Amino acid sequence: MPYEDDEVTRLIVDGHDAVAFAPVAHLTVGGLRDWLLSYEATSEVLAAVSPGLTPEMVAAVSKLMRNQDLIQVGRKCRVVTRFRNTIGLPGRLSVRLQPNHPTDDPRGVAASIVDGLLFGCGDAVIGINPATDSIPAAIELLKLIDDVRGRYDIPTQSCVLTHVTNTLAAIERGAPVDLAFQSIAGTEAANRSFGIDLGLLGEANEATRSLRRGTVGENVMYFETGQGSALSAGAHHGVDQQTLEVRAYAVARAFDPLLVNTVVGFIGPEYLYDGKQIIRAGLEDHFCGKLLGIPMGCDVCYTNHAEADQDDMDNLLTLLGVAGCTFVMGIPGSDDIMLNYQSTSFHDALYVRSVLGLAPAPEFEAWLDRMDLLDERRRVRELAPGGAQLAKFVGALELT
Amino acid sequence: MSNIVGDPQGHTENEAGTVGDTAAGVDPWVLLRRFTAARVGLGRAGDSVPTGRLLEFEIAHAQARDAVHTAVDFTAIRAGLTGLDTLEVRSAAPDRATYLRHPDLGRRLDPHCDTLPAPTPHNPHNPDEPVGGRFDVVFVIADGLSARAVHEHAAPMLLAVLPRLPDWRIAPVVLATQARVALGDEIGQRLRADLVVMLIGERPGLSAADSLGIYLTAHPKTGRRDHERNCISNIHPPSGLHYHRAADTLTHLMTQARHHGITGTTLKDDLPTLPQTSLTQTSLPRT
Repeated sequence: MPYEDDEVTRLIVDGHDAVAFAPVAHLTVGGLRDWLLSYEATSEVLAAVSPGLTPEMVAAVSKLMRNQDLIQVGRKCRVVTRFRNTIGLPGRLSVRLQPNHPTDDPRGVAASIVDGLLFGCGDAVIGINPATDSIPAAIELLKLIDDVRGRYDIPTQSCVLTHVTNTLAAIERGAPVDLAFQSIAGTEAANRSFGIDLGLLGEANEATRSLRRGTVGENVMYFETGQGSALSAGAHHGVDQQTLEVRAYAVARAFDPLLVNTVVGFIGPEYLYDGKQIIRAGLEDHFCGKLLGIPMGCDVCYTNHAEADQDDMDNLLTLLGVAGCTFVMGIPGSDDIMLNYQSTSFHDALYVRSVLGLAPAPEFEAWLDRMDLLDERRRVRELAPGGAQLAKFVGALELT
Repeated sequence: MSNIVGDPQGHTENEAGTVGDTAAGVDPWVLLRRFTAARVGLGRAGDSVPTGRLLEFEIAHAQARDAVHTAVDFTAIRAGLTGLDTLEVRSAAPDRATYLRHPDLGRRLDPHCDTLPAPTPHNPHNPDEPVGGRFDVVFVIADGLSARAVHEHAAPMLLAVLPRLPDWRIAPVVLATQARVALGDEIGQRLRADLVVMLIGERPGLSAADSLGIYLTAHPKTGRRDHERNCISNIHPPSGLHYHRAADTLTHLMTQARHHGITGTTLKDDLPTLPQTSLTQTSLPRT
């Protein structure tokens, strides 16, 4: 994509840090792989080189790397971001609580939020995909999450994953906006098909920061990506889907996001045919995003027309946990009843944190303690269906 | 966890109860499930899902997979459309495996298609303008990603809407195999219809493997973009949208489309609030 024709190319070229690049400038792509894996390339060294790497370099080297290489180097890269809590610290894995509902019924959404909180989920964000494009409906959902967050005094952030222009309109109308969300892609034309450009993302970043709602930091952008979106939009310029995906991470890093995740198996088998391809893509995306310095999470997911099942998701979730993935999704019983696909569940979050010894964000973990939701072995308590603690927790919702 | 019972899908019609005064000894999830079909309050086996819930999930996944891979049977659907003329077409995707990997083939007619008129030459004064005028509307029933949705809902849905269109010139119903939404563009163009209405099986979810979607496109021709269509989704009574409700919405949209000569986002903006009408529930295609 020529510099003259594509603002993402201009962003990559103009933002390239030649000084940071110098230590690896002499390397071939294969040499870069060896160097990334070497003991010399510590977390600090990788972070210093990161601004000197372009998405094309990172995508290229990922293609020479085996899954274990992607895990090893991904694990070395640390990216820490903050809003009302601290995300991305070593030994931590955060979860986006995704309480979607096909008609945005506030009680239905609240039921899913409570369920997730009781599993220790929601420290990355409580983030709803709304069922409509309506701005008033988005504002209602923002108020709903803000109200739940206030009632339980939860150190986390909320987001309604609507178009960035809707979020800007909600900000103008005084809505409690913590984060601005947007799907992004790796070419100017694909971003235009999403109705955005870099200027608009900058505007959203500024407007959301101006609300000063963060308590421990001001990373306010939440981006989603996924291999294949540029081809779906007819805006791929003949470039492979993985390189374009990594170019989207260059877009993300320009706006200091709190969270970025690839929705790795969402579109369908025309891009990632089966579990093996979804697993590979999830590890590639995580590695590439982390190396470029963004807080990379993953929607470990599949559709029912792909050749994949829960076993594949278990594999990818475990591998990403080992790779130091920043966050995953938490959906009641893995079944998103609005978007009609399967992602990771609240139970999955318990599992992966348990087997790998990972904890939620520290502020959120302290909240779980205050709510008496952790037992003496730091496991999330199971509240009895007829017990007083669950009744108290649910009763605080005052659903009528 | 043994007292957590009830079908997570079967309670959306219930009247809301009061949860605010939930007392100890009562399982609040029984009440909360009235508000959502989401799999909330599943209970736990350690960190994992209890066996009963695990098996429910796996059955639902198998049903959704079957819905994707079951071949559509138009014989039964034709029988349900008594008295209506039908035509059958196939897309350029020869089989299901190819269809799933190559959406572009599902958007084009089989090059050997001989059941539709040959393409009409374009208007010499404006080559981009499709030549309509022969029919006001053509209905297309397409398998899409759920043959089950089409088997269960396409005929009754069509029969619910036809009586509402007394003054419409309606083309024979086209039954399309291995079809994506955009296949309707070429069908409508070849039949010289002013509007194509496609009833198509939606991507199956676990809680609804039989969901039917309806897409309207004015002045169909190959190359129409998704923002030029209107969509009614989630038709799958009893838990999803009902036929009569969808038919009301569809008739309204069709009347507006005929009056304004357009469909898509610009048309939607002129409409009052409609049930379950959204083109952009997600930024990514569902069928």
